[in-house]
Amino acid sequence: MGNVQIVPPREGEGTSRRNFYVVAIYGLWGAISAALGLPALVYLLFPPKAKKGEEWIEVGDIGRLAPLSPVELTFRRTRVDGWKVISEKSTAWVVKTADNQVTAFGPQCTHLGCAYHWEDAKGQFLCPCHTSLFSIDGKVAAGPAPRPLDRYQTKLNGSKLLLGKLQGSPEKKS
Amino acid sequence: MRRRIRGVNEWVEHRTGIQSAVRQFLYEEIPASSGWHQVFGSVAMFLFMVQAFTGALLAFNYAPTPGDAYNSLRYILTELTGGRLMRGLHHWGASMIVVVVVLHMVQVFLYGAYKKPREATWMVGVVLLLLTLAYGLTGYLLPWDNRAYWGTVVTTQIAGQAPVLGPYLSRLLGGEGAIGVVTFARFYGLHVLLLPPATIFLIVLHVFLVRKHGVAPLPGDELKAKQKFYPQQVFKDTVAIFIAFAILFMMAVAVRVPLEQLADPTDTSYIPRPEWYFLFLFQTLKLFSGPLEVVGSVVLPGLAVLLLILVPFIDRGQMVKVTRRTVALAFVLLAAIGWGGLTAAAVRSTPKEALAAAVDYSGPTDWMQLSPEEMVGIAYFRQENCVSCHAIGDQGKAVGPDLTKASIHKDAAWMIQHFKRPSAMRPGTSMPPIQLTDAQLNSLAAFLLKLNEKNATALDNAPDFAAQGALLYQTNRCGACHLVNGGGMKIGPPLNGLSKRQSRSWVEDHFADPRKMAPGSIMPSYKLAPKDLENLTSYLFALPD
Ligand code: FES
Repeated sequence: MGNVQIVPPREGEGTSRRNFYVVAIYGLWGAISAALGLPALVYLLFPPKAKKGEEWIEVGDIGRLAPLSPVELTFRRTRVDGWKVISEKSTAWVVKTADNQVTAFGPQCTHLGCAYHWEDAKGQFLCPCHTSLFSIDGKVAAGPAPRPLDRYQTKLNGSKLLLGKLQGSPEKKS
Repeated sequence: MRRRIRGVNEWVEHRTGIQSAVRQFLYEEIPASSGWHQVFGSVAMFLFMVQAFTGALLAFNYAPTPGDAYNSLRYILTELTGGRLMRGLHHWGASMIVVVVVLHMVQVFLYGAYKKPREATWMVGVVLLLLTLAYGLTGYLLPWDNRAYWGTVVTTQIAGQAPVLGPYLSRLLGGEGAIGVVTFARFYGLHVLLLPPATIFLIVLHVFLVRKHGVAPLPGDELKAKQKFYPQQVFKDTVAIFIAFAILFMMAVAVRVPLEQLADPTDTSYIPRPEWYFLFLFQTLKLFSGPLEVVGSVVLPGLAVLLLILVPFIDRGQMVKVTRRTVALAFVLLAAIGWGGLTAAAVRSTPKEALAAAVDYSGPTDWMQLSPEEMVGIAYFRQENCVSCHAIGDQGKAVGPDLTKASIHKDAAWMIQHFKRPSAMRPGTSMPPIQLTDAQLNSLAAFLLKLNEKNATALDNAPDFAAQGALLYQTNRCGACHLVNGGGMKIGPPLNGLSKRQSRSWVEDHFADPRKMAPGSIMPSYKLAPKDLENLTSYLFALPD
């Protein structure tokens, strides 16, 4: 019946009875709307019940990686996409730091998600979209990027690099 | 503030006239005799809105192709919170709308409200009834499980039988040859793109006509003062709508709509059954055979619809009191008896197989991965009522230790000794000894050793027929020749995927006399009690492929 104000016709008929009708009509429709609307919101907004936890994915041998020269490694990871489990190509920029630590950055610029690359001449990561620059440890050196590059969880198995979850992007589920 | 609101209202009224239109609609005059018997039309319209709403929500997570439909529906049912409720509302709402539309028609029919000048209102109503049934027909295919697939095979074949038009109809429905992507796309297109706008248009026309001619008065109404639609009749309509909705909601919550196995066009044993409101047609069809079949499938239903449309032109007398419309009453009774009889006959003739414990694939299916021995462990676990003392995850009492904790898992030999004489292995324990044979305790230990927090749910949701079936599998030593879920021997064929290879009745006959069904087989014959036979076959059929 909407929010329209209805001017009741002036009649001698019992107004309390009339009021009861009106209250009942609004009340019952309110209950129906809530019983349909709330589950609908839950249905649309709640994330799907999680399947299994993240696994570690082996991305390659980093034994021969030269320190301070990032390389882009390609690997396949399986991802749950709605009712499907898909296997997709994924990449990471992997850097061996001076003290032999390994970092792996997610392949997307933290500004608007473009693919960035390593500029050897500059010694920085460059995003061509809006020219964000990141230093070798992922910090923003210039440009509109709001935060440092996202990092994967990493684990070493001998010289084999294993990647876990992509961290640092709270709104993105990887 | 008040003044402000009034100002806004006036502004809107001046530009659009909405307020006065609503007022006109609500303060429509209706005959003094109007009341509870006229609520069904409003309820039907409300249910249509519920169908549209839940249908749109389902469509947000549903992929309408044979390849994905089943999986996406399963995703809705098992992964999404509230998904089962949405499907329940849509499924039971479909049945309910048929009931309410029929009640609405019966009321109008009994009161003779279709008489001059309301013939067109009635005829539009009949078309709306047909549309309601068309939703049921097209929606039936969309889950793409066995039931959906085989039900639709029958439908399209019937359409193909229609005189003259048959071949064109079946081409239109894409049902030529086999049912596949084309039929599916067309059914979905009809269900969500064509039928809804057509329904909305006809509902608007229907309501417009009702308003144009006014609600049909009864003899004697002209002497009494008219009443207003709002609030009294609106109140009655609302109460009726609320009752209908409450029933629908409870059904959606309480009655689980099963999702059967993925549609399998090679499953020759599947016995299709239409939705309950089509059962009478299905039964009519059986009364005719050979060249006369078309009489039952097309001619009779066609004539019935024609008759229904022509009702206002057949019965053209003056309006009389309901109580004096004995012929109409007799007609309704006769139709109800005929419908009820045919439906009952169809239900009775439904072979046991079609009703036999169908595995509900929309529920958790982790139990299907267990080996027969572990499954037998579940059977003993239930039989000995172990949960009365042990916690399983967060369920069960905590008198004894939580059995899902790996820390309490010892080796099988220790556990078997412990089962036999608990206090010998754990002095001071209050656990009673378990009276089972060594082999049985072995199964129990095998199952308990595998138990962890993750798979503990399998313990709960393994259906009884599976536990009992596995028990039979174990006691008859089937594993000495057959392979199930990777365990057993390879002397006979592996039993996973049996349901894809053989029909139920074949398997059941095969137990009794293997050589008759498969000449040269070395399998001994097994004489099983009927209940055992059913459990064992159901269990084998539920195994993953
Ligand atoms: S997306 Fe990289 S700078 Fe804008």
